Amino acid sequence: MTPINELTSTAVPLPLPNIDTDQIIPKQFLKRIERTGYEDFLFYDWRYTFDAKGNTTTNPDFVLNKPEYKGSQILIAEKNFGCGSSREHAAWAINQYGFLAVIAPTFADIFFSNAGKNGIILVRLSEADVETLLQRSTANPQHKITINLEAQTVTDDQGFRAHFDIDPFRKHCLLNGLDDIGLTLLHEDKLDAYEERHNKEFWSAPKYAA
Amino acid sequence: MSTSPRTLFEKVWHQHLVAEPVGEPTILYIDLQLVHEVTSPQAFEGLRLAGRKLRHPERHIATVDHNVPTTSVQDRLVIADQIADAQIKALRKNCADFGVEFFDTEDSQQGIVHMIGPELGATKPGMTIVCGDSHTSTHGAFGALAFGIGTSEVEHVMATQTLPQSKPKTFRINVEGELPFGVTAKDIILDIIGRIGTDGATGFVVEYAGSAIRALSMEGRMTICNMSIEAGARAGMIAPDEKTFAYLKGRRFSPTGAAWDEAVAHWSSLPTDEGAIFDRELNIDATKLAPSVTWGTSPGMVTTIDGIVPMLTDAKSDADRKGFERAYEYMDLKPGSKVEDITVDAVFLGSCTNGRIEDLRAAAKIVSGHHVATTVRAMVVPGSQHVKKQAEAEGLDAIFKTAGFEWREPGCSMCLGMNPDILAPGERCASTSNRNFEGRQGRGGRTHLLSPEMAAAAAITGHLTDVRNWKK
Ligand code: SF4
Repeated sequence: MTPINELTSTAVPLPLPNIDTDQIIPKQFLKRIERTGYEDFLFYDWRYTFDAKGNTTTNPDFVLNKPEYKGSQILIAEKNFGCGSSREHAAWAINQYGFLAVIAPTFADIFFSNAGKNGIILVRLSEADVETLLQRSTANPQHKITINLEAQTVTDDQGFRAHFDIDPFRKHCLLNGLDDIGLTLLHEDKLDAYEERHNKEFWSAPKYAA
Repeated sequence: MSTSPRTLFEKVWHQHLVAEPVGEPTILYIDLQLVHEVTSPQAFEGLRLAGRKLRHPERHIATVDHNVPTTSVQDRLVIADQIADAQIKALRKNCADFGVEFFDTEDSQQGIVHMIGPELGATKPGMTIVCGDSHTSTHGAFGALAFGIGTSEVEHVMATQTLPQSKPKTFRINVEGELPFGVTAKDIILDIIGRIGTDGATGFVVEYAGSAIRALSMEGRMTICNMSIEAGARAGMIAPDEKTFAYLKGRRFSPTGAAWDEAVAHWSSLPTDEGAIFDRELNIDATKLAPSVTWGTSPGMVTTIDGIVPMLTDAKSDADRKGFERAYEYMDLKPGSKVEDITVDAVFLGSCTNGRIEDLRAAAKIVSGHHVATTVRAMVVPGSQHVKKQAEAEGLDAIFKTAGFEWREPGCSMCLGMNPDILAPGERCASTSNRNFEGRQGRGGRTHLLSPEMAAAAAITGHLTDVRNWKK
């Protein structure tokens, strides 16, 4: 994971609630066994239109296809972003497409955790603040937003300023680009001690063998 | 030592604490990880790259479900879709390389991962269970703490048998009273999601309690817990009781002899103590419930079978209004139109929500003596080999086939259409599965979620049908 602190970028507005992971990355791309190469499949069913013969055309109306939003590193959406399936492919696709942060009023649980593991900053702002940013980014694709992780602020050059909450541990991991397995293994002595006890509690064993 | 009254969740959580480092998430021990082909390849790859092994291969069980064709055994042995085939082969190899017990395509225990855990007796009360799949919440029906995780977390559990977790809040939903005729576990959970919304339980572990929940079979309880994630919950749980023990007794991985008695004693200590406090509670009167059906593209867009497609003014917020507008268009439905007038092109009976033996029995009762409408393509996909065999032993397959249903091999099938079973654009399906998202059952496909009984009735009449008026 790459450490990240401050990010200034234009933002892509997606003014819809409950954007689920099936929309973020449709299931046909979940058959791949690789961890990379998902950027082209992000929001696939919205990015393209399909005719009866199975031909695919870029949908010029979808915001990601508008040239003025090219290169944006921030995505803004409404509440409950990332609900549905646990597929981490959703976080990979968002990240590999080039987004480093998503701003929304709320995020679904599993997506929240997947995003963190992939170094994506999730910023929770009030519905009103999100609305303001959505409007500004829709009206002006050049509208730039700055997210500062250390200070936990979102600002723009029109005087917008909001503070966001983030779990201190998650912040620490994002700022330092830390990997979770390594962190857990720092507690291996405790894990050994726990297993010493717990593995004798046979009710905890998935497979009981007499 | 005296302790204050605790909830079922708190007991299980407490018994799995490995470490509580200051300023960091708690490290929680994981008793069982279930593995399937779609969310595991990158996790195994990660282990290989880091030179790590599975800390406890014996605490893992793997099967194939999402990608396997359900048309015929032949189609499963030689899978036409090469990418799907490669993913299944990758799991086969990964399980062999890392020492994980694998229930392969034609194994007598193969099935949807959330079906086989309970069937094998691997899912038991008081355990912590994870899987790279959001419907892992199903296993909470046994009083286990079970939740879905992403692939990085799958790898984390493989390497350490633990997960860093922040402690969720607790939410008890009490469903009291006797369910009216024609109202099922599926209707209870759809009603709950409609009431609290698809993010209504985000950050919570839900305990379902009350006389209506206790009266449900284990199958019904699994249906309820299965869809907890559709309300945003981290997990759903139901206190273990005599029904739970009776279900587990004699299963392949269940304890035997003196160990069984000891296990039952432990399990009996798990239910929430009298006076324990929940962060949130909700009471539902079961006697007032009606059969539920979704009309839109989110499981929270739900109404009753005798109702109408809600009006825009019924939306609770601006964001919901935008969701409604999009859903009317996608579903090609007019606000105010009668739900029973909605015609369907396809009926799907199956999935980890309603692909169990009890579901097939209930649907077969409706179907028996009738024929599928000529305008409808209907299929039954048993959730597991075990269910399929049982249903065939009871002659249910014959009832369905005579009525014009396709009788399939076990798998996820049209629940998510990652395999050849998909809707064509614009097709409308009455489905016993758990998600009605845009394109979930095939691009442009339209899904109405409902109970197995109502799906069966819709197959016969060709439109959504109130099962309470069903005449033999
Ligand atoms: S049946 Fe559907 S919900 Fe259940 S595991 Fe399979 S794809 Fe997921």
